[in-house]
Amino acid sequence: MKKTLVFLTLAVALVAWSFTTPVHEGYHVGDTARDFNLMNVDKKMYDLAGIPDAKGYIVIFTCNHCPYAVAYQDRIIALHNKYAPMGYPVVAINPNDKTASPGDSFEGMQKRAREKKFPFLYLYDETQEIAKTYGATRTPHVYLLDKSRVVRYIGAIDDNHEDAGAVQERYLESAIDALSAGQEITLKETKAIGCTIKWRKTQ
Amino acid sequence: MKKQLLWGLLLAVGCPLVAQEVAYVKSDQITRWKNSDSDTLYVLNFWASWCAPCIAELPAFERITREYAGKPVKVILVSTDFRRDVEKKVKPFVRRKKLKSRVVFLDETTPNKWIDLVSPEWTGAIPATLIVCRRRGVERFFEKQLDFEALENAVAAGLNAPLR
Repeated sequence: MKKTLVFLTLAVALVAWSFTTPVHEGYHVGDTARDFNLMNVDKKMYDLAGIPDAKGYIVIFTCNHCPYAVAYQDRIIALHNKYAPMGYPVVAINPNDKTASPGDSFEGMQKRAREKKFPFLYLYDETQEIAKTYGATRTPHVYLLDKSRVVRYIGAIDDNHEDAGAVQERYLESAIDALSAGQEITLKETKAIGCTIKWRKTQ
Repeated sequence: MKKQLLWGLLLAVGCPLVAQEVAYVKSDQITRWKNSDSDTLYVLNFWASWCAPCIAELPAFERITREYAGKPVKVILVSTDFRRDVEKKVKPFVRRKKLKSRVVFLDETTPNKWIDLVSPEWTGAIPATLIVCRRRGVERFFEKQLDFEALENAVAAGLNAPLR
């Protein structure tokens, strides 16, 4: 009897434990990403297919309020200015729920885009469907897609969010350079600290 | 007179107004906590002083520190704030909130090199929490805001795990 009890307890514990093993949802490198149709800060709808002469897309989930995202604003502008003429435009997407994060409302996005003169699309993923499908968890979170929307790189922009001047490795730029040169991307996935995406409360 | 001095001394020593020092640590400290030979269950919470969901869950961690005093549980709040904010934001925050749990600043610049040290499951979003004790075979990771119940369940389960 005692043995059965111990066994049962162990079995329950094991099952409980296994439930905590997370399943990484969303895209991995090599998956084909879906296109989307989202509202830009200019109140017009945009999709990837409609971007003329694109050889790929630098999709960046980002937002207004997060200090990590703010720290990267100027670097994201510079990335777009450097790579859009080569066929790799930045497409920024704000996935945050405006109730959970009031600073990340559409009006907040328009204001930021105006102030910083964003040269790239800054789209609003109001339903959060795109962030969920892509598997984005934080801001900023980068997905580099090729012309056929195959995911070629996921992760960080570079290795130092606080100080752009102290960056040692520009992971994203290396990936775009390799992609545009038709070479293998050496580092396909990196991690960075970011603000958790503020998901809408479902109840 | 002597008595007064003694009282003064006692007050000074026991005075809770003396704020804790926020130590700067490197990522190898995370590995040391994870590989520790002690029976201590480490509750490592990765947070930042401006992070709303992090601040919202802080009371739960403080409650663990209070209610598990005397037990082999150690809550460590690992700040991932910007380095330039440690003196003018993080330390004043720790003082203002009178945090009892130990607070350290993770003094690292390349997250890609240390995030996996905490947990390969971690994508990098904060808040995040690792509950770990090698000698108990416990290693549970959460990449989300925790409420007290969820946190305590994990801590209690960790403490119940037999020492090896």
